[in-house]
Amino acid sequence: MSLTNQLKNQHLLWRAGFGPAVEQLEDLRQFTPKQFYKALVKASEKKPVYMNVADNYLKGLVMGVGEVGRMEKLKELTPEQRKSIQRKNREGVRNLNLTWLKEMINSGAQLREKMAFFWHGHFACRNLNVFYQQELIDVIRQNALGNFGILLKEVSHSAAMLNFLNNQQNRKGHPNENFAREVMELFTLGRGHYSENDIKEAARAFTGWSSNLQGDFIFRKGQHDDGIKTVLGRTGKLDGDAVLNILLEEKQTARFICTKIYRFFVNDQPDQERIEWLADRFYKSEYEISALMEDIFTSDWFFDEKNIGTHIKSPVELLAGIQRMLPMTLENDESMLILQRILGQMLFYPPNVAGWAGGKTWIDSSTLMMRMRIPQLFNDEDEMNVRPKDDDDQMMGMRDEGNPAAVARRPKAQKLGGARGTRPINANIEWAGYINYFSKTQREALVNAMAGILLQTNTAVSADIIRQYSDENNREAFIRSATIQIMSTPEYQLC
Amino acid sequence: MLFKRKEFIQLGSLATASLMLPKFLKAFEGKAMVPPGNKVVVVLQLSGGNDGLNTVIPIGNDLYHKARPRLGIEKSKVLSLTGEAGLHPALTGMKELYDDGSLAILNSVGYPNPDRSHFRSMDIWQTASQSNEYWNAGWIGRYLDAQCQGCDKPTQAIEMDDILSLSMKGEHVKGIAVKDPRRLYGTANEKFFRDVMKHHPEANGEQPVDYLYKTMAETLSSADYIFKQSRLHPTSAQYPATELGTSMKTIASLIFSDINTKVYYVSLGSFDTHTNQDMQQQRLFTELSGAIRAFTKDLKANGRFDDVLLFTFSEFGRRVSQNASGGTDHGTANNMFLVSGGLKKKGLINPLPDLSDLNEGDLKHKVDFKDVYATVLNKWLNADATKILGREYGYMDFI
Repeated sequence: MSLTNQLKNQHLLWRAGFGPAVEQLEDLRQFTPKQFYKALVKASEKKPVYMNVADNYLKGLVMGVGEVGRMEKLKELTPEQRKSIQRKNREGVRNLNLTWLKEMINSGAQLREKMAFFWHGHFACRNLNVFYQQELIDVIRQNALGNFGILLKEVSHSAAMLNFLNNQQNRKGHPNENFAREVMELFTLGRGHYSENDIKEAARAFTGWSSNLQGDFIFRKGQHDDGIKTVLGRTGKLDGDAVLNILLEEKQTARFICTKIYRFFVNDQPDQERIEWLADRFYKSEYEISALMEDIFTSDWFFDEKNIGTHIKSPVELLAGIQRMLPMTLENDESMLILQRILGQMLFYPPNVAGWAGGKTWIDSSTLMMRMRIPQLFNDEDEMNVRPKDDDDQMMGMRDEGNPAAVARRPKAQKLGGARGTRPINANIEWAGYINYFSKTQREALVNAMAGILLQTNTAVSADIIRQYSDENNREAFIRSATIQIMSTPEYQLC
Repeated sequence: MLFKRKEFIQLGSLATASLMLPKFLKAFEGKAMVPPGNKVVVVLQLSGGNDGLNTVIPIGNDLYHKARPRLGIEKSKVLSLTGEAGLHPALTGMKELYDDGSLAILNSVGYPNPDRSHFRSMDIWQTASQSNEYWNAGWIGRYLDAQCQGCDKPTQAIEMDDILSLSMKGEHVKGIAVKDPRRLYGTANEKFFRDVMKHHPEANGEQPVDYLYKTMAETLSSADYIFKQSRLHPTSAQYPATELGTSMKTIASLIFSDINTKVYYVSLGSFDTHTNQDMQQQRLFTELSGAIRAFTKDLKANGRFDDVLLFTFSEFGRRVSQNASGGTDHGTANNMFLVSGGLKKKGLINPLPDLSDLNEGDLKHKVDFKDVYATVLNKWLNADATKILGREYGYMDFI
């Protein structure tokens, strides 16, 4: 059976973006995937707008400290000031999360945001400094479709990453190998393609790489070891940039990146032959990301049946995808953070330096059942009675006042709200465009037409069951409720 | 993936009938039933990094009082164990267990190259990896992988929570998180989920969609199973009306049932006491102590205390010196409580931490926590510890 353009376009939009948007529904049948891809590339060419969320009070405080220069000066702040900085930073990172999630949902530059989302996991970084995080995500979004070598260098120069990987403690005579190790293991070569000695030597090359409080890169010459080092067989007075260049010269880096990209965008099961072909071209292009992505998204094999409907959506993909199809305003924005945490993917809080493992690791009994309840939660037919685990790195032992789950934990709220953590999301779904799209569809054909838009799997829940659990009172109510039911199935977890 | 409801109804009624049988006959009741003597582990995670030095207090050590002029606990206030050591005043339940010979304290537990980040150190404890390895499967999960290939219900390991911890996730098999057996999947759409599942063609494929249906089927059948089991022999004992108390009560009820669960997992927190440590530890220890007291009393009364091993851990201890805001910052090695009626070593089973031999203000670990895991897996759960932990670790002799 040959696949329809509609299905292929949906496939493309799910993988090269965060799923089809309701306003794209008419176009799905009218254009070829190549035309669609061209449009995606074009929409992603514009420079992304810097996401500036840090609040002014914090800016004042940090800039005041910044003039003195060093991180250590933070210790001279009063405990109240310090607490307040921590709180404002946490709020800042939260706002950054929500701002970016909205971009993923609403931006036309779907390809860029999806690519940035990939790099965000690749260059996994936890840092509670909102200025550092803003800078890092900007570097990633600016270079998401640019050159991998430049992206690697800019990320490696970022205050967020240098701090996260302890390079401040990497000094001549007192090496800290963390940064060098992760650059090789996670950013470029992958495990097994370097020796422990390569790491030791590379760590020496990275000595002196540091940042100031404003997040500017600082090279501390006095801490740099300028002796002779040998990394992967190349010997010289290597500095950090020289090591990064050596890593880029290794074809294994192209192979490692292409494997990850293939597994993220095409299929969790790697296909060595395809990956080798991609890596070859990626390497020859000197790491041009947009060329690599074009190789993938315009290939025939990308649209092979085995690659369609077999990717388990990550929590962020799931949350963004629903909202692209069903535009909504949320009274309780923070619920997006709680859901990210419950489902195991909170932007800016990767589980470790290796990022999110993806695939089947998204799914366990709790997360699967929660995922299938989300459409009903959005539709206010279910109550939120699940509580995420505490994250002590974020909370520093304190309950966040602004955190709805934390608020509901207090005994008083418990009495008021019944089940712990209960708080409605209060989503207001704008159904008009979606319902209108089906205006010419016969009533009997509705369920299948909707499933065709919403599901990418080659099997679907039987239309009879969907009908049985849908509101048959009138056409609109039927479309609304059937859509919610279709989204509440295991099939909808896949794209 | 057919939902095996029938089977559970049968199991349920069989189990109900068994109420009238003398206890010793239960051993003959078929595979799903747990023979007496079934060993169970309860893992109690103290989240946030509990301050071990104010838990098991080296009262006889001047260095302790010197490092903590404000936060140190006076000798007269502690629950004295030996001349050298005492328990935090709120841990009265643990003191009773100590006196009773059912508490062992293991000092200076940690791992090489300790990490001071909560999430990272917790991952290391939960996966039992080295500190430079990133694993996606937890140690209890890998125990399930080894024990439970082909099990139709992931109820061999149950976490009393809404969310499943990494420790409970294996490569192939995952435990299940249940806060309240009555509403494991408590949702307006429950009937819909069951119907969706019933109509899914039986699929044993390797496709992700099959994996999702399999997980869904296991979850729904386990929900039923756990709920029914929790009502088979609900304990009538009094437990404190705290979150941990409620969880321990559910665990006791399940232990008294015939469920196949080998590992229970529960967390208490947050012990991240950078500020205001006195009050926070007092509150959490009161909750801990009360829940454990009720739980162990209940187990004893039902003749199951010898079969249950409970141990506590925290992702790290805290620095030896107090900080300037009435608390302590992230540290390294820490102590663990081991509680059971079947302990072979009791009391303080190794020396208190050496406060004169520190690593930049932090305790040095003397016992690798993986040795504790290996011992529990091998000696208590009768499992292949080396295979599960990926390396050979030493066995200890507390059980």
